[in-house]
Amino acid sequence: MKRILSVLMENAPGALSRIVGLFSQRGYNVDSLCVAPTDDPSLSRLTIVSHGDDKVIEQITKQVNKLVDVLKVTDLTDGSHVERELMLIKVATRNELARAEVKRNVDIFRARIVDVHSSNYTIEITGTSDKLDAFSQTIAQSTEIIESSRTGVCGLARGEKALRP
Amino acid sequence: MKMMSGAAMVVQALKDVGVEHVFGYPGGAVLDIYDALFAQDDVKHVLVRHEQAAAHMADGYARSTGKTGTVLVTSGPGATNTLTGIATAYMDSIPMVVLSGQVPSQHIGEDAFQETDMVGCSRPVVKHSFLVKRAVDIPEAIAKAYYIAGSGRPGPVVVDLPKDIVNVQESHPYVFPESVAMRSYNPTRKGHPKQIKTAVKALVAAKRPVLYVGGGAIAANADALVTKLAERLNAPVTCTLMGLGAFPGTHPQFIGMLGMHGTLEANKTMHNSDCILALGARFDDRVTNNVDKFCPHANIIHVDIDPTSISKTVNAHIPVVGSVDTVVEQIFSVLDKQDVSDQKEKLEDWWKQIDQWRSRKCLNYEQPEDVIKPQRVIESLYRHTKGEAFVSSDVGQHQMFAALYYPYLKPRQWINSGGLGTMGFGLPAAMGVQFAHPGATSVVVTGDGSIQMNIQELSTCLQYNLPIKIISLNNRALGMVRQWQDMIYKGRHSHSYMESMPDFVKLAEAYGHVGIQVNHLDELEDAMARCFAEKDRLVFMDINVDQNEHVYPMQIKYGAMDDMRLSKTERT
Repeated sequence: MKRILSVLMENAPGALSRIVGLFSQRGYNVDSLCVAPTDDPSLSRLTIVSHGDDKVIEQITKQVNKLVDVLKVTDLTDGSHVERELMLIKVATRNELARAEVKRNVDIFRARIVDVHSSNYTIEITGTSDKLDAFSQTIAQSTEIIESSRTGVCGLARGEKALRP
Repeated sequence: MKMMSGAAMVVQALKDVGVEHVFGYPGGAVLDIYDALFAQDDVKHVLVRHEQAAAHMADGYARSTGKTGTVLVTSGPGATNTLTGIATAYMDSIPMVVLSGQVPSQHIGEDAFQETDMVGCSRPVVKHSFLVKRAVDIPEAIAKAYYIAGSGRPGPVVVDLPKDIVNVQESHPYVFPESVAMRSYNPTRKGHPKQIKTAVKALVAAKRPVLYVGGGAIAANADALVTKLAERLNAPVTCTLMGLGAFPGTHPQFIGMLGMHGTLEANKTMHNSDCILALGARFDDRVTNNVDKFCPHANIIHVDIDPTSISKTVNAHIPVVGSVDTVVEQIFSVLDKQDVSDQKEKLEDWWKQIDQWRSRKCLNYEQPEDVIKPQRVIESLYRHTKGEAFVSSDVGQHQMFAALYYPYLKPRQWINSGGLGTMGFGLPAAMGVQFAHPGATSVVVTGDGSIQMNIQELSTCLQYNLPIKIISLNNRALGMVRQWQDMIYKGRHSHSYMESMPDFVKLAEAYGHVGIQVNHLDELEDAMARCFAEKDRLVFMDINVDQNEHVYPMQIKYGAMDDMRLSKTERT
């Protein structure tokens, strides 16, 4: 089962390598990982998407929590939450038909064209991972995807719940 | 505010932490620190012959005292040589700080001479690590390292020190933190009160309870509390390999070690129990055998300071996160309000059953006249040391014999590499013990395989006049490997014997020690007496034991806890 773990940790050198090392060392899965400093620059917020049965996820949560650099860990999938992922995708637009079809899909998916070249568009799209997958599949039906880059999921719990130090 | 060099700060911080002994080996990247050590007498440095041994010495020092052991090594090979020692301490939750030199900051990443990414290399086997980047940060990094190593579930911490920040030519202000607090690290010592109540209810209701005690009880200095609890409940007690000594080995309620080479009564008691109280033990594979068949009738109460240990392999019905000493005190605060004076009558049938398993006398062995049985050597060792020696062990058959045939009366008396199973651990560990307890008897039980993995430390023993007693059970083979080959590989002894054994007596003498060889059973007692009569010298006892002996009992793979072989021909 897919799980989204949100981790608050010290923004210290080597902290990320300890998390990544833990996953490889203990054979846990990482589907995506997204990390950046928070509004408090001494802290980093990390979102890991993983999968496994309840027992495995419980161990992952505990093992991550045990790292000395980690302040808090929460499983966002335990409650209602907002999750977003960003994708930049470059698609071929070699003729008028392709340009029109891409533009139409961009509008339907509420994406944005952020760069235009004679033979391609670069599109920015934000949403759940499912939405990004659906967009890629739709575009692939009408034209060629040249390259794409995704950030991995980041998320927050809905309502008053918050991950604070 | 005192001004001093980074190197002087390292030494001053060690003093401020209270470090008395540092085990180490100099080299390019740490020459400044060694120069600072030279200028003082408070922190005593022990020069080893191999950095791996430095880590094991610090480990033995820590295990026998409860204090944090300290290692100082240079960059590159000096640092990587400690990795086995660090991993050994990590697996057994031993507090240790390893100070490693590093190439100057500006050369990090350039593949400089003797450069290695020590923080990266050690990452999977440390509790935490620091790469110190500024000299002014040294005192805080060292204070934090000791705090982390010794608190919560203890473990090794690496402090990597680039050469430029310890430069003796530059001075910086020295401020040692008065206390250490970390927002990201606050181990839980106290168990949840509701869980404690549930646990007590289950314990009092149990008809067939057992206490399963591990190394966590020793780390928490909870031996007296555990004994009091066992006596109050009239419950049988079994200890893990790491827990031996947490409950007196001669106590009538002690049913022996459990697990792969545990006693029949311990494994039977566990398997048939209706309530297991696990105190600082982690249900590892050398205890549980097949987890699917593990103790099917038991309500499991699991007390551990490390939440990741709980329900990792075996599901705990009543998990309690906390330190064994604090949790047992909490248990008493609930138990004291109840009348449990009927425990004796209540558990009468249970004890009858246990005594029946005991009557099988699973540790009995036959001692013919023409060979020396290794078990006999350990029994003799127990008599000659009156059961009071610190016994450090290497890894293999001799380790199991020393665990099973020497009843440990006190915690920290039995020193062995339980989790990692590190051959070569015994001698340096016993040296660490001897440094911590100068007047005590420090014994190594080893074998002809293990002793040769760190035998160079005989030289260190001479330098520091360590009167260690080495009891080497020489069977001209890697006994435990051979035993498995006998049992599983139809006796094909692939690379498990040694054709070119040194003359250990001459070797001991070459290092300036006393060597005694024992080849016949009737020489054993006299030789032991001679060995322990040499109060001031290291004695190497090279004892030729039966090459074909196996360690029994032994669990049968894929079986339940109590599926065991009792001898070469009998099983449960």
